Amino acid sequence: MNSSTANDNPDTSPIITIEGMHKWFGEFHVLKDINLTVQRRERIVICGPSGSGKSTLIRCINRLEEHQRGRIVVDGIELTNDLKNIEKIRTEVGMVFQHFNLFPHLTILENLTLGPIWVRKTPRREAEESAMYFLEKVRIAEQAQKYPGQLSGGQQQRVAIARSLCMRPNVILFDEPTSALDPEMVKEVLDVMISLAQDGMTMIVVSHEMGFAKSVAHRVLFMDGGEILEENEPQEFFNNPRHERTKLFLSQILD
Amino acid sequence: MPQTAPPRSAADVRPPVTNIGVLGWIRANLFNGPLNSLLTLTVLYLLWQALPPFINWALVDSLWFSSSEECKAAGGACWSVITANIRFILFGFYPHDLQWRPLLGICILIALLLYSQNRRHWRPSLAWAWLIGLFSMGVLLMGGIFGLTAVESTNWGGLPLTLLLSVFGLTAAYPVGVVLALGRQSRMPVVKSFCVVYIELIRGVPLISLLFMSSVVFPLFLPEGVTVNKILRAQMAIILFTAAYIAEVVRGGLQGMDRGQYEAAKSLGLNYLQTMRLVILPQALKIVIPPSVSILISAFKDTSLVVIIALYDLLKTTQTALSDPKWMGFSAEAYLFVALIYFVCCWFMSNYSRRLEKELDTGR
Ligand SMILES: Nc1ncnc2c1ncn2[C@@H]1O[C@H](COP(=O)(O)OP(=O)(O)OP(=O)(O)O)[C@@H](O)[C@H]1O
Ligand SMILES: [Mg+2]
Repeated sequence: MNSSTANDNPDTSPIITIEGMHKWFGEFHVLKDINLTVQRRERIVICGPSGSGKSTLIRCINRLEEHQRGRIVVDGIELTNDLKNIEKIRTEVGMVFQHFNLFPHLTILENLTLGPIWVRKTPRREAEESAMYFLEKVRIAEQAQKYPGQLSGGQQQRVAIARSLCMRPNVILFDEPTSALDPEMVKEVLDVMISLAQDGMTMIVVSHEMGFAKSVAHRVLFMDGGEILEENEPQEFFNNPRHERTKLFLSQILD
Repeated sequence: MPQTAPPRSAADVRPPVTNIGVLGWIRANLFNGPLNSLLTLTVLYLLWQALPPFINWALVDSLWFSSSEECKAAGGACWSVITANIRFILFGFYPHDLQWRPLLGICILIALLLYSQNRRHWRPSLAWAWLIGLFSMGVLLMGGIFGLTAVESTNWGGLPLTLLLSVFGLTAAYPVGVVLALGRQSRMPVVKSFCVVYIELIRGVPLISLLFMSSVVFPLFLPEGVTVNKILRAQMAIILFTAAYIAEVVRGGLQGMDRGQYEAAKSLGLNYLQTMRLVILPQALKIVIPPSVSILISAFKDTSLVVIIALYDLLKTTQTALSDPKWMGFSAEAYLFVALIYFVCCWFMSNYSRRLEKELDTGR
């Protein structure tokens, strides 16, 4: 995968490099000079007030949004308009959405095997076996033949996580995975994410779950107004926020 | 509930009984309130006035296998107009002693339709069955091989022609309409504007004018000596016309799709065609089953407009049978019969669509 520089070791090179990236929605400057490097097996939590551009940032990483300036390199491949590269990167980068976005017309099992069968060209049997393996992992295997509409929100989100795992991604992006859930279901989803973290999955998580950030993240990023204002390891970030706006934000979400 | 009620196990609790027996149903549905009672009584009165005379006319005083003279003498319905002309009404000018062929063709078609109703039968082999079935229908109708006498397409008419125009017309129009709808959403300006212009143009003219163009204007553009079969031209006009309407309905379904579905599909790495085929269209088309079926039903009925380019469809053969001086004046009976055939077909379509909708419901 080291097409950029031949002597990069794929195991030590960063999985994601963002350099001087800007994005506009029309006239609106939504992301300003973003610089971010994510190492393999690193776990990053991004927080910040609503509208600060967190979702837009991670959606740029798998090109659900297009950036206008700067560079984004994922696993050695730079994101350009080349469709083949984009599709390649999307198979390497998993994504979990706030509203799950399961395919309602397919069973849980079919939701999980769709990508492997059609994108990875895995034989059906093999795809189903690995789907069942990941369903076990998110502790929901008994629901394999149901449709998404028959599951609770927490169950659906766990299926969505399993769906992205089935593609064997190198990194998974989470966009507020628990904020559409009823409080009693938040824990079951966080537990699954924590066990992913223990397996060494590279994760970028937009979330306001501070407990999760403290126990799992290597770094916490604070965004406001389209900029990364502050980044630090969780202990420091929560105990000694440097920026006024970080302090204000933390005081608002912690009470 | 009184305090002393004995504790009941969960299994004992049943949904409350809402209506008891026939009387309960009648009271709840027909006489719940003064206005509804009044309406019920009015309708009953009207039925009482209208039904007995109709039954008398249609069944009691009617003649089924008589000559036209006897019919004119009697007061009831003259169904003999149908029984005497049934072969012409159904098969038009198709050679009399070869009419078993279109009849067999229709039977094959009906058998295939009935068999395909059940979604469990949707296997690759069914597609082959359809191909073979349609092919043998064509062979039966045309003849010319396998020792079957050739029959000119100008002699085709009646029910086979109506079914031919609609079955091929509707099955071909649907995919064309879907492609047009996708094209209309395309980001490529050329594709998009072509689809928009096409759809708006076609929807702006009546089917009759398209049929006229196909039969009068279109041949003018063909090189000397080349002719395209008239039925084929009418068929093309029907397909192109119906496709434009289907396209707009499908576009509505596409717009109703959640953006998250596209994003989830994309983020799995599915390309555009896969996203559409596997994720978007199955959902969007399901949403638009009811309006699509409305369009298909009206397109089916509109096939009768081919009379204006002198094709003998079911309606035209009936008209022709009625123009025989012997049977003049019995048009009500004949048209009732044709209406019944159309109704059965349309009812089949709408009934099937409702079942399909229910089967595809995954409880979103
Ligand atoms: N497709 C779009 N077109 C125009 N503006 C957009 C679009 N998507 C987002 N925005 C704007 O960009 C800004 C950042 O949006 P974004 O969704 O990234 O914020 P966020 O930090 O994820 O907020 P939240 O916590 O509410 O999810 C917002 O002001 C939003 O209104
Ligand atoms: Mg967001």
